Amino acid sequence: MTRIPLSALIGLFFTGVYFFTAVFAGLIAPYGVADIVGGVWEPASSQFLLGTDSIGRDLLSRMIYGGRTTILIATAATLLSFVTGSLLGFTAAVVGGWVDQLLSRGVDLVMAIPTLIFALIVLSVMPVSIPVLILVMGLLDATRVFRLSRAVAVDIAVMDFVEAARLRGEARGWVIFHEILPNALSPLVAEMGLRFIFMVLFISTLSFLGLGVQPPLADWGGIVKENKDGIVYGVGAALAPAVAIATLAISVNLVADWVLNRTTSLKGGRNG
Amino acid sequence: MAETLLDVRNLKIAATVYPPGEKPHDIEIVHGVSFTLEKGKVLGLIGESGAGKSTIGLSSMAYGRGGVRISGGQVLLNGRDILAGSEADLRGLRGREVTYVAQSAAAAFNPAKRLMEQVIEATLKHGRASRSEARARAVRLFRKLGLPNPETFGDRYPHQVSGGQLQRAMTAMALCPEPDLVVFDEPTTALDVTTQIDVLAAIKEAIHATGVAALYITHDLAVVAQVADHIMVLRNSAMVEYGETRQIIEAPREDYTRALVSVRSIEHEEKRPTPEPLLKVENLTARYRGTDFDVLKNVSVELHPGQTLAVVGESGSGKSTLARAITGLLPPSAGRIGFAGRVLSPQMMDRTRDDLRELQMIYQMADVAMNPRHTVGKIIGRPLEFYFGLKGAAKRRRVIELLDEIELGEKFIDRYPAELSGGQKQRVCIARALAAKPKMIICDEVTSALDPLVADGILKLLLALQRIEGVALLFITHDLATVRAIADAIAVMYRGQVVRYGTKSEVLTPPFDDYTDLLLSSVPELQLGWLEQVIAHRKMESAGG
Repeated sequence: MTRIPLSALIGLFFTGVYFFTAVFAGLIAPYGVADIVGGVWEPASSQFLLGTDSIGRDLLSRMIYGGRTTILIATAATLLSFVTGSLLGFTAAVVGGWVDQLLSRGVDLVMAIPTLIFALIVLSVMPVSIPVLILVMGLLDATRVFRLSRAVAVDIAVMDFVEAARLRGEARGWVIFHEILPNALSPLVAEMGLRFIFMVLFISTLSFLGLGVQPPLADWGGIVKENKDGIVYGVGAALAPAVAIATLAISVNLVADWVLNRTTSLKGGRNG
Repeated sequence: MAETLLDVRNLKIAATVYPPGEKPHDIEIVHGVSFTLEKGKVLGLIGESGAGKSTIGLSSMAYGRGGVRISGGQVLLNGRDILAGSEADLRGLRGREVTYVAQSAAAAFNPAKRLMEQVIEATLKHGRASRSEARARAVRLFRKLGLPNPETFGDRYPHQVSGGQLQRAMTAMALCPEPDLVVFDEPTTALDVTTQIDVLAAIKEAIHATGVAALYITHDLAVVAQVADHIMVLRNSAMVEYGETRQIIEAPREDYTRALVSVRSIEHEEKRPTPEPLLKVENLTARYRGTDFDVLKNVSVELHPGQTLAVVGESGSGKSTLARAITGLLPPSAGRIGFAGRVLSPQMMDRTRDDLRELQMIYQMADVAMNPRHTVGKIIGRPLEFYFGLKGAAKRRRVIELLDEIELGEKFIDRYPAELSGGQKQRVCIARALAAKPKMIICDEVTSALDPLVADGILKLLLALQRIEGVALLFITHDLATVRAIADAIAVMYRGQVVRYGTKSEVLTPPFDDYTDLLLSSVPELQLGWLEQVIAHRKMESAGG
């Protein structure tokens, strides 16, 4: 095991803190998510570490609960998009022919429509709940993962070792999971960090527009929306979630960079 | 005593390596090499890959490839120490006093510019001649190098000429500024054997006609023996032997040189055909999808159990396509493949597991034939698990047995392909094929990417395994020396057809058809004056000529 570089340590630390507070939000948050405990936009004090929001709820507590919602949705949607996107992408690359054509053109079709508008239309006719949000975001994003994993897998599928496996009579599943997946992992992991961040931004955007997480539940995009009017009066409450989104984005990317370096080492990515 | 042109004294070259997980550090890749080259002479540098040949060759231009530095010694060109020269001095030197011919002309030419522009570029840049004078000179060189239509040849783009012609155009480019020294870096290695000797003859002729001195870098002793006055043998970044060409090939002093000279001295007794062939390919015709010509035309060959059939031919002759058709990767459009008394279905997908198991394949590039993320144990173990259901300790035992058979041993079981040398990788591929207990193995150019001594080891191993396991080998190669060493029967392919087929002694005994004659006569022999004899006696122009 080699030393973890400083940038990765910083990334790991902040990512860890965010995930930890997300998981244990109920224990850490000083107040309930919807409890009105003070005046409107009170400044930071020993009682309210980040002050209060537009209707007098504790901002820190809302940030913590909001982080839980945002991170949960982003993580689940990322996993969904990676599982479906990469499976379909690998299948398209390995099977080829009309299966590949059908999948690829279908994905082109979905990608031709701007993601945000597509999501807004779908969410305007569907009940807006967390599972629906995860499903819509995950499937829309799967198109991008599909593109990447298909491109990577097409390169790998023509290698002699894949041909050797096919000549051995291996089933498609084995070829995909044992021959292609380990070699496609590095670019996918790097992409995963990036896509997770896009998911955080996506859900925040949706909530800001009012089609994401519904009140009284909190999420970072929603907190920005609730407190945006305060900016005019010099109240910085809307900046807290912005800072949270930015730091999470940067630290997840630092971790992804490090993982990418590790997995691209020549020794099969185990002891590099 | 002729005048000394190049004097290399105690040359040391270092490079920085970046091993994963370790701190970058410097290693010395050339340990104090010294030699001199007189005006108008040719020095051959020979050695295995990684021996430092190209690095030494490039140092005569005071150039180090990416990450490589000249760390000590002197290089005197025309009495001047060029290592001490400034960037500007070196710019004046390169392409004017010293020029370079790279291995892959196809990669070295700019595809967007006409050949003439590129051939005379250095000459014009250095002000060695006016444009019209340079063009005239280039045309003279094209003629001297035997290029077709020398007046208009330069108007073509690189993709419009053949590989052999491109290599000659590059030689013209190097000779055009009338340099004192040309560095030839494996100029014929990437060419087909029949094209190689045309290019070789053209280069030799041009060197003699212009009186230029040359460093000729190659791994093929027989090639260098045709052009060089002196030969320097390199191994592991140091000089092994240096001497006149005649002395090196007729009376080598060092063991390593002797091994190089006597390479392919494999004893193999030709076996008689058995009554029942294992593989019976009848009238096979195949084409790739979306094309309108047959890559294989009516090919019929037989392979007998425990024997070796060598399929020889130049690139594009259909050798590998034959292998793809037999394995079912490219279903033939007509013909029949009989195997072990049954008829194989043309599509790989329709074959039974036993069909697949009994017919294994070994590839040319061992690097890409193994999954870089699997350990040697998994690579060899997978066929055992897949075909025989071996698991756990039983599988491991069998893998170790196979590793012993390929002379590697248990300690390799947890290594990844990237941790193996080229020869070791090919051995692991052989073990993977053997693990399936096949009746027949298709070997597609398995030694082409290896150094001669390593290739020799692989061939000996294959023959030994053939004796023990009784497996039949379909050996695809363009290297006739290999064929002579190991074949029982030979099929000569030319443009998708088998032009000559029979037992080894039949095929290699005159009278020959024109193509077989051309092919056989093109294999460089370790003999002085061989090139001139061959060129004088050829019946047929090579395809690249």
